[in-house]
Amino acid sequence: MAAAAAGPGPGSGPGDSPEGPEAEAPERRRKAHGMLKLYYGLSEGEAAGRPPGSDPLDPTDLNGAHFDPEVYLDKLRRECPLAQLMDSETDMVRQIRALDSDMQTLVYENYNKFISATDTIRKMKNDFRKMEDEMDRLATNMAVITDFSARISATLQDRHERITKLAGVHALLRKLQFLFELPSRLTKCVELGAYGQAVRYQGRARAVLQQYQHLPSFRAIQDDCQVITARLAQQLRQRFREGGSGAPEQAECVELLLALGEPAEELCEEFLAHARGRLEEELRSLEAELGPSPPAPDVLEFTDHGGSGFVGGLCQVATAYQELFAAQGPAGAEKLAAFAQELGGCYFALVERRLAQEQGGSDNSLLVRALDRFHRRLRAPGALLAAAGLADAATEIVERVARERLGHHLQGLRAAFLSCLTDVRQALAAPRLAGKEGPGLAELLANVASSILSHIKASLAAVHLFTAKEVSFSNKPYFRGEFCSQGVREGLIVGFIRSMCQTAQSFCDSPGEKGGATPPALLLLLSRLCLDYETATISYILTLTDEQFLVQDQSPVTPVSTLCAEARETARRLLTHYVKVQGLVISQMLRKSVETRDWLSTLEPRNVRAVMKRVVEDTTAIDVQVLVGLLYEEGVRKAQSSDSSKRTFSVYSSSRQQGRYAPSYTPSAPMDTNLLSNIQKLFSERIDVFSPVEFNKVSVLTGIIKISLKTLLECVRLRTFGRFGLQQVQVDCHFLQLYLWRFVADEELVHLLLDEVVASAALRCPDPVPMEPSVVEVICERG
Amino acid sequence: MRGSEQDHAALGSVAVAGLPVASAEASVYHACSAARALTPQTAETDAIRFLVGTQSLKYDNQIHIIDFDDENNIINKNVLLHQVGEIWHISASPADKGVLATCYNKRGGLGSGSSVLTRVLPLSVVWEPTGDGTRVVSLADNHLLLWDLQASSSRALLASSASLEGKGQLRFTSGRWSPHHNCTQVATANDTAVRGWDTRSMRQIYCMENAHGQLVRDLDFNPNKQYYLATCGDDCKVKFWDTRNVTEPVRSLEEHSHWVWNVRYNHSHDQLVLTGSSDSRVILSNMVSISSEPFGHLVDDDDLSDQEERRPEDKSQEPPQDGVIATYEEHEDSVYAVDWSSADPWLFASLSYDGRLVINRVPRALKYHILL
Repeated sequence: MAAAAAGPGPGSGPGDSPEGPEAEAPERRRKAHGMLKLYYGLSEGEAAGRPPGSDPLDPTDLNGAHFDPEVYLDKLRRECPLAQLMDSETDMVRQIRALDSDMQTLVYENYNKFISATDTIRKMKNDFRKMEDEMDRLATNMAVITDFSARISATLQDRHERITKLAGVHALLRKLQFLFELPSRLTKCVELGAYGQAVRYQGRARAVLQQYQHLPSFRAIQDDCQVITARLAQQLRQRFREGGSGAPEQAECVELLLALGEPAEELCEEFLAHARGRLEEELRSLEAELGPSPPAPDVLEFTDHGGSGFVGGLCQVATAYQELFAAQGPAGAEKLAAFAQELGGCYFALVERRLAQEQGGSDNSLLVRALDRFHRRLRAPGALLAAAGLADAATEIVERVARERLGHHLQGLRAAFLSCLTDVRQALAAPRLAGKEGPGLAELLANVASSILSHIKASLAAVHLFTAKEVSFSNKPYFRGEFCSQGVREGLIVGFIRSMCQTAQSFCDSPGEKGGATPPALLLLLSRLCLDYETATISYILTLTDEQFLVQDQSPVTPVSTLCAEARETARRLLTHYVKVQGLVISQMLRKSVETRDWLSTLEPRNVRAVMKRVVEDTTAIDVQVLVGLLYEEGVRKAQSSDSSKRTFSVYSSSRQQGRYAPSYTPSAPMDTNLLSNIQKLFSERIDVFSPVEFNKVSVLTGIIKISLKTLLECVRLRTFGRFGLQQVQVDCHFLQLYLWRFVADEELVHLLLDEVVASAALRCPDPVPMEPSVVEVICERG
Repeated sequence: MRGSEQDHAALGSVAVAGLPVASAEASVYHACSAARALTPQTAETDAIRFLVGTQSLKYDNQIHIIDFDDENNIINKNVLLHQVGEIWHISASPADKGVLATCYNKRGGLGSGSSVLTRVLPLSVVWEPTGDGTRVVSLADNHLLLWDLQASSSRALLASSASLEGKGQLRFTSGRWSPHHNCTQVATANDTAVRGWDTRSMRQIYCMENAHGQLVRDLDFNPNKQYYLATCGDDCKVKFWDTRNVTEPVRSLEEHSHWVWNVRYNHSHDQLVLTGSSDSRVILSNMVSISSEPFGHLVDDDDLSDQEERRPEDKSQEPPQDGVIATYEEHEDSVYAVDWSSADPWLFASLSYDGRLVINRVPRALKYHILL
């Protein structure tokens, strides 16, 4: 069926109906159709309909285009057996027959159709002839109708023209009537106050009157109108000037005046002058709020008033102006901008004055809200008056206030730190008066640290309000970038930590007599505080800051490590200074004791001198202060010192001491070199007296003891000793040796210095007879 | 003059070869006894000569006259005996090579088991820096004494005196004569204060209370710049003052790690300041910014005539900054005295308690930098 449907051959359509009963042989039909198609040159288009596998060029294909009977026959003869040849022969015959009958059927059908078509054409010929006659009749009728119509319109023409003329006259008369009535109407309108109506009438009549003013009657009307209009204008101006009515009414007045043809330039000036008057009134009322009277409204109320009164007014003026004087072009816009700029400047000055009053206040949230309102309010006129730059100026003010706020918070933090220090001083001074155990240093330290941290957090929270999302200015570039990084992080936090370090260091820098006023415990506490900052607090605070203020700015910021290094340096200096101060206290005691005594006429020693006991007591107190305050850990001591002091001392007193003094008694001349070389050997490791200390207890006490003993040495060298004086020094040194070794990192150091003291005393003694070590020991144990 | 003595001694009588230890930079000499007193022989301008006084209670004290041969790095010594007692301070006359003054302890007789000694008086003697060497100032406890030495007789006349009044035991620790103002000013130190005196009226003219946090050990006037004074003390600091402003020091150094006992300006190049400390270090500092030559030496060609080397390219160099030039650590014990040579401005000596005298030079590079 596919071939039948696709085949548009002229014979296929009519061939459908006779073929209906032959549906049992579709195969055959297709073959026949194929040949027809071949005949009609459709073979190419029919390629798709072929059974697959057959080669179109196969000369043995019976239905192919290139069929060659010779080849076909030859092939059959060669390939097929006889029976098959017979079969194919009969098949061929049958096919030929079928084709013949098909041809006959087609020819018959076509013939029939041709006959019927001829009949139809004949009938049509008859019909047309009748229609022609009727058309001729219609044409004559139409000509008659046209003729009549022309005649009718010719008769009506005249009347129509007259009617048109009459209508025109009527309209003119109405206009004239309007003109004649105009003066009275205008008067009435003016009396009734319907200025808008009046101006509309006037506007309608003006051009006509202008045109016909050469006619006396019109002239009169025009004059009347002008008089009335002048009056109208005057009244409008009057109303405008009185200005009692609000801005919209004024705007209306101006609009009418403009419509009356008043000069726009002048009106513009006048309009602005009036607006200025009103706005200045607002400003005055704001200023009154600012005034010296104490119950000034809070800053939020102030900015609200300013926002609704002044800024609202300015908005109205600007809108009205732009509507009214749009025709003025850029010159008008400039005028408005200048106007807004000037008044805006006054307003900003007032706002800044008010904000300056707020500077000392502590309520940041109120301030931020006020600033937010202020800024938000000004965005509307900012859009209207881009040229006046009001929004920019407002942003600038907000930024300035924010900066000042940061400064204020920094001051606040500093003050808090100083007050903490004052508290500590008082706490340190108080227990001495009360005579009982004061709060521990550790407790004080914790108090100070937590108080400072809470202050920092409070400040951060307060400052954070400036960058809150709902605040209108928080998305300005300044608040997103510079404020966070330079302002808060660098200015506030880093600034505070730096100033804290500086304040702490200033305790070290103060000259001796003033430094003495600083309680040593405070130095110790500050040192520990700085060390704590170095280890943890600084990074904590900075992390906190960075989290709260997502810093987007690329500008360089101080790294944590730098700050930590500064804090550590401060802690080190403070601790070193602490050592110096404490060392000085003990040094002074020792110096006084050496300088004020008459060593030549002293009696044989029976006791350790009281000052030495005092030195030991003070050292113990410092030890307790450093350790019990839990401020610094123990630190490392050389292992040997774990032995009892006694054994160490016995070595010191018997063998070494003897060894040291032995040459001194021999009267031979070169003994000095001996002694000196001895000293040189001992001093192979140089002792740095005021060397920097490490952050542990042992190092601190070693420092203090070094300073004290070196002082003792220098003082002893300046005196001259009698025999008993030397012995007293011997006893004192042994006593110190007994009690000081446990405080220092390297007890060898104490030996060395005390040896040196005794050796120097021996050198300064014309009659050096040392005491028996056993006696020395007995005296020391007794004392 | 109580307790002080002038030795009109014939120098060079006994020539004893010392034991010079010559190193590349430093020359070391041992006085074989404890010593605190050191002075250059001020009147000698050709030979490099220092005087060292020993301090021994048991043996005869000596004055070592030490000649330093700059070219061969050899030290020669002459020894004068000073039998009267241990020497606490020594100073040489600026006019006469042969005259020097010592302050000493006189040893008394032996008592019952204990030695009896006279009190240390006075503690230092200072010559008038210019002039004919007839005026000296001595300090004793709380007295400032001005003496007139008459060359004809070996007698000293007390010209005038002043004393400190106040509570407690006031005692001068040091004094210097200002080379400016026609030598009419003397500055003294006691405890933490520095005082200036007018020698004509013997009145106090200025006073720096609390010049140092602790005891002031020594002071020295800038020889080339009026009013400038350097002090040092037990707070390990060296401070520079303008005596017209006594409240604040002009500059303060803290380089030593123990008491600073001695401070000395170089006589001709006053940016060079020498300090000695009981941390056994000697520090040479460059204080060019407050010296009389803050922009380098304004040279005449005459000044350079004796310099063999000239490097014109050095003139364009940056002026050196203030700071430590060098730290000398040759000493093992506390250094109680340092001083510049009077003959060679690039040479200085320091003396430690163990009797070791070290002679050093200003680093060559710096020397050329200053000169060129």
